[in-house]
Amino acid sequence: MKLSIYRYDPDKDEKPYLKDYEVALDSHDRMLLDALVKVKAQDDSIAFRRSCREGVCGSDAININGKNRLACITKLAELPEHVTLRPLPGLPVIRDLIVDMTQFFKQYHSIKPYVINNDPPPERERLQSIADREELDGLYECILCACCSTSCPSFWWNPDKFVGPAGLLQAYRFLADTRDQATSERLDNLEDPYRLFRCHTIMNCVDVCPKNLNPTKAINKIKEMIVKRAV
Amino acid sequence: MRDWLAQRVTAAIMAVYTLIVAAIVLMNTPLKYAGWQALFAQGWMRVATLLFMLSLAWHAWVGVRDILMDYIKHDGLRLTLQVFTLLLIGSYLGWTIQILWR
Repeated sequence: MKLSIYRYDPDKDEKPYLKDYEVALDSHDRMLLDALVKVKAQDDSIAFRRSCREGVCGSDAININGKNRLACITKLAELPEHVTLRPLPGLPVIRDLIVDMTQFFKQYHSIKPYVINNDPPPERERLQSIADREELDGLYECILCACCSTSCPSFWWNPDKFVGPAGLLQAYRFLADTRDQATSERLDNLEDPYRLFRCHTIMNCVDVCPKNLNPTKAINKIKEMIVKRAV
Repeated sequence: MRDWLAQRVTAAIMAVYTLIVAAIVLMNTPLKYAGWQALFAQGWMRVATLLFMLSLAWHAWVGVRDILMDYIKHDGLRLTLQVFTLLLIGSYLGWTIQILWR
């Protein structure tokens, strides 16, 4: 298989370029990450992130033939013979396929991603009913790989002002949590022209999410909460 | 939030108006000049059309302002383009009233 990989080392290269690699696959190679590891054996100057290699940590999110995906759960059998790999779009490139996620995590932290509850903690834990717990399905599974936010044009244009789909999915995860008491502060935090309402329902986030989550749906639920509070 | 809600409400108004006009046109085909004139001679049709155009203007203003906020980073240029958009939409509305109550 042929891989064209985005190469850029800011210390050496004037500008980024694509470098071609030929990889001989064998029957043990199932996922794109396996091919990338073989490329690394050929040319150890290439840099990419990977950790759990099973779609749980979200480290190896890259742009594969134009679509943001996790290399470790992208099946080689589903890919064409020639594959082009680039870093996630919209974030500064540190080197090769590695991007600087600072802006992404800044937005994530801005929504206070933890349960806020000022009642004294009970003896063991804050229990939820089964129905209340089910509200969190499709929200808590996010692994923060940034595939969604970096495929979102609104995030590309305003990464400093728009929270982005990943951050907003998590914002709704805590708004929907019956143990959380900060609903009104959370909605205040999102109610400005940029933080939430830059989402124009483009739905690239839903298209790329490797965990099949639906940030657009969560964002619409936050918008509904803000409207209900106002009318 | 207000603008987001306004865009949805104005979209609904435009959809209803479009369905009504499409129904009238389909039921009266072929609609000749005299037919159009009789239709727009009625007060309710003029008011409905004005409501439609007001919705369109508000809807378009929110949409164009969103585009300018996304793509135009220079504050001065953005303000200029926003004022230009408002003037343009205002003129279209004035023109609409002139046509309807001519």
